[in-house]
Amino acid sequence: MSDVARDGEALQGAELEARLHRTWSRAPGLWGWLTTVDHKDIGRRYIYTAMTLLILGGALAAAMRLQLATPESGLISAARYNQIFTMHGTTMMFLFAVPVMEAVAIYIIPLMVGTRNIAFPRLNAFSYWTYLFGALLLWVAFALNVGPDAGWFMYVPLSGPEFTPGKRTDIWAQMITFTEVAAIAVAVELIVTILKFRAPGMTIARMPLYVWSILVTSIMVVLSLPAVALASGMLLADRLIGTQFYNPFEHGDALLWQHLFWFFAHPEVYIIFLPAMGFVSQIVETFTQRPVFAYAALVLATVAIGLLSFGVWVHHMFATGLPRLGYDFYTAASMAVAVPSAIQIFCWIATMWLGRPRFAVPLLYVVAFIVTFVIGGLTGVMVASVPLDLQLHDSYFVVAHLHYVLIGGGVFPLLGALTYWFPKLTGRLLSEGLGKAAFWCVFLGFNAAFFPMHITGMLGMPRRVYTYPTGMGWDALNMMSSLMTGVIVIGGILFVTNVVLALRRPPDAGPNPWNAPGLEWAADSPPAPYNFEHIPVVSSHTPLWEEGPLNVMTGLRVDDREQVVTTAIEAQPDIRYPSPEPTLWPLLSAVALAALFIGSIFTPWAVVIGAVPLAVGFTVWFWPKNAPDGEPVIE
Amino acid sequence: MSAWLNGIQSATSGAGLHDQQFNGLFLLFLGITGFFYLIVIVALIAAIILRRRRTGSEPLARAALFGWVGAVVVGLAVLSAASFLVDRRVDAATMGRPPLKIELVANQWWWDVRYHGASPSDEVHTANELHLPVGVPALVTLKSNDVIHSFWVPPLAGKQDLVPGRTNDILLLPRRTGLFRGQCAEFCGTQHARMALDVTVESLPDFRRWQRAQRAPAFAPRTALAQGGYAYVTQRECANCHNITGTPASGRFGPDLTHLASRRSIGAGTYPMTRGHLYAWVADPQGAKPGNNMPYIGFEAQDLHAVVAYLQSLK
Repeated sequence: MSDVARDGEALQGAELEARLHRTWSRAPGLWGWLTTVDHKDIGRRYIYTAMTLLILGGALAAAMRLQLATPESGLISAARYNQIFTMHGTTMMFLFAVPVMEAVAIYIIPLMVGTRNIAFPRLNAFSYWTYLFGALLLWVAFALNVGPDAGWFMYVPLSGPEFTPGKRTDIWAQMITFTEVAAIAVAVELIVTILKFRAPGMTIARMPLYVWSILVTSIMVVLSLPAVALASGMLLADRLIGTQFYNPFEHGDALLWQHLFWFFAHPEVYIIFLPAMGFVSQIVETFTQRPVFAYAALVLATVAIGLLSFGVWVHHMFATGLPRLGYDFYTAASMAVAVPSAIQIFCWIATMWLGRPRFAVPLLYVVAFIVTFVIGGLTGVMVASVPLDLQLHDSYFVVAHLHYVLIGGGVFPLLGALTYWFPKLTGRLLSEGLGKAAFWCVFLGFNAAFFPMHITGMLGMPRRVYTYPTGMGWDALNMMSSLMTGVIVIGGILFVTNVVLALRRPPDAGPNPWNAPGLEWAADSPPAPYNFEHIPVVSSHTPLWEEGPLNVMTGLRVDDREQVVTTAIEAQPDIRYPSPEPTLWPLLSAVALAALFIGSIFTPWAVVIGAVPLAVGFTVWFWPKNAPDGEPVIE
Repeated sequence: MSAWLNGIQSATSGAGLHDQQFNGLFLLFLGITGFFYLIVIVALIAAIILRRRRTGSEPLARAALFGWVGAVVVGLAVLSAASFLVDRRVDAATMGRPPLKIELVANQWWWDVRYHGASPSDEVHTANELHLPVGVPALVTLKSNDVIHSFWVPPLAGKQDLVPGRTNDILLLPRRTGLFRGQCAEFCGTQHARMALDVTVESLPDFRRWQRAQRAPAFAPRTALAQGGYAYVTQRECANCHNITGTPASGRFGPDLTHLASRRSIGAGTYPMTRGHLYAWVADPQGAKPGNNMPYIGFEAQDLHAVVAYLQSLK
């Protein structure tokens, strides 16, 4: 025992920090940057990449609004416009929204549950590189004018080999494969991190609400993404090797795609929305300085939304001619989602009512979230009704609805959360003044741009049209939407300016600038590579608000990367577990995988030949090493 | 295009039975959801204003949570029931009356329209337009020749998709006369935006007159210029794709042109039906609707004049 250095009474303070630094830091320079497996490094670059894609997707949206500002506009050609709206939807849904929610979780969850790294950190690095290569594939293709153009939903047979020959759709479908691999890998890491790496004492009933959101979301990812992986795999097979899954003229079925796609893509909305609900819970708690009201009700609401979201996909298909009785079930399920959502909204407002809210920028985003998201939820109730949906479906009403849900329910909480956790990411606070200016531009601009679309849709304007005739009563509404998009753009520029200016200042935030209750605020800002000197021990779901100093446990090795594994429900210390060292192999494996995926668009041989470097990469990556095995915790 | 389209594609105009039902149901939804929205906003404002005085009581909040959930459940139940009843009532209202039978086949990016009659000679074949007698149910059979499209004439009814390999249908019951416009509502490729459908709801006698006129073969060209156009259309490229009943032109790939000039628009709603626009369309079909399947031919000036003169005579 004595030959192994462990933290404890004999080893603490500066010497402990120095030795932990040595053990957990990444190598200096580019080599360290490429090989790192630290969840904070990966999480940070995941967040930056996803936010860059948000800006790119937003630029496409601005281009579309320029085109639609006036009727019969010749600014953008039909073919180009179809590429742009396909790229906008694809980028936002697959490359921004889902990844950014996982990205924040990669950064925050290990800190929040009080551990030193995410579970399977090499898989985490692999996931990032895979995601990056998928994003590059799509955007390089777009830049070379081979971007997809059949819509982010890629309905067959339009996306099939007969109606979109060429490589555009293949690139889309293979990009899906990249993001699938990345997203499922991260979901698995997060589930294991949450269930097994929680700080001792953080029973399942003491997990912060954000941790609950991410647990439910990650399970949803694991259950729903295989459906779209299957769907896009079959599409690729139809396109590349002559199968006929979706070809109605050869006994395939055009609606099979829609079932598989929406079985994923409706839960996807909640995969974006539930982490945002977690942000809201954490922000409300911190800025009212009291535990959130009705914790158990919020947890149950989160779980209920996760379950119900799998029963609503057919409400995207009310116009396809499926049996009527079936529609009624999906109407009921879709409306039922409003119940847990109403419970959540109630609990957050009640928390503000019971506490003393301080309207800093993160809480402003929460207020904006409630004001806008509830509109999106209520229009969601409308489109759940078959007679209403048959009119509103695929019109600008739905464009308004989905942006109220996704921007109101996803992006506003995200901007609040990034402001809230910015000190934890960078060690600096964002400017309150600039933050408020950006907030008002984004909030007011969003509502002024998107609310009119409800009316445009009621007046009969369909979605996904590159132009429209004049004299339909749509001109003024479209001009309004386009002009106000400019206000959102100004808000975005202010937000980015705020970040850039903050990064130029020296770190000054301190560990807990908001007096927040969660464990992530016990670590430094930004945290040391090992997150915590000693692993914290908790006895409530707001540990930093308890009296006295934070309890800790000791006895972890300091010369090896070691983490505590606890039991899934009660979070009793179970074993000590070696966390992997940095390595280049996840990057090399991701390169091999990318070569295989991209090559397979051009020749089936790429699958055979490309499997060889991939097998080498995985073999070396997983080669058994003389690492210390897991050991029982010494009490 | 000008005011000739004004308001004719609005889902709120209530010109059909479905759309009237839609309006009533929409108002009910708007009322109930608006009521709940108001509660949320009032509570939010109250919470924000009350922040200076500590007045919140947790037991009160707990009781309110139960009340809130109860109210939401009741509200949703009312809306679900109303939605179900309206959905079924629309069916009931059109049952038991012999409907007009229409077959609509969607193509990238135009509509092929057939009115079935008692015998094949009663059939009417047209494109990109529907004529409906007011007050008579019309059963529209929906098919697609290529990709998924969606039939949507907002003033009359909601959408119904046209799915290749399947046959859908929709019952329309127009309640007032007027000129309306529909548009494909499912993204169907490059020119999805230019796949409109003109709908004329008219009195039954007017409809019969239209039907009779449409059943007749095409008018023979009268002027020398139109005769030249007739010769071009029936002997050169046009006849490969287009049908003109009563002439040798019998192509089936493009829209039927037998009574082209009686329609309200050209190119599935791309241009209004005027002489100038006929010139524009025939001279360069790829100009306003790039990507559509009608090729650029490169007419000599005299051929263009002749073809347009002939097409204009196809009333």
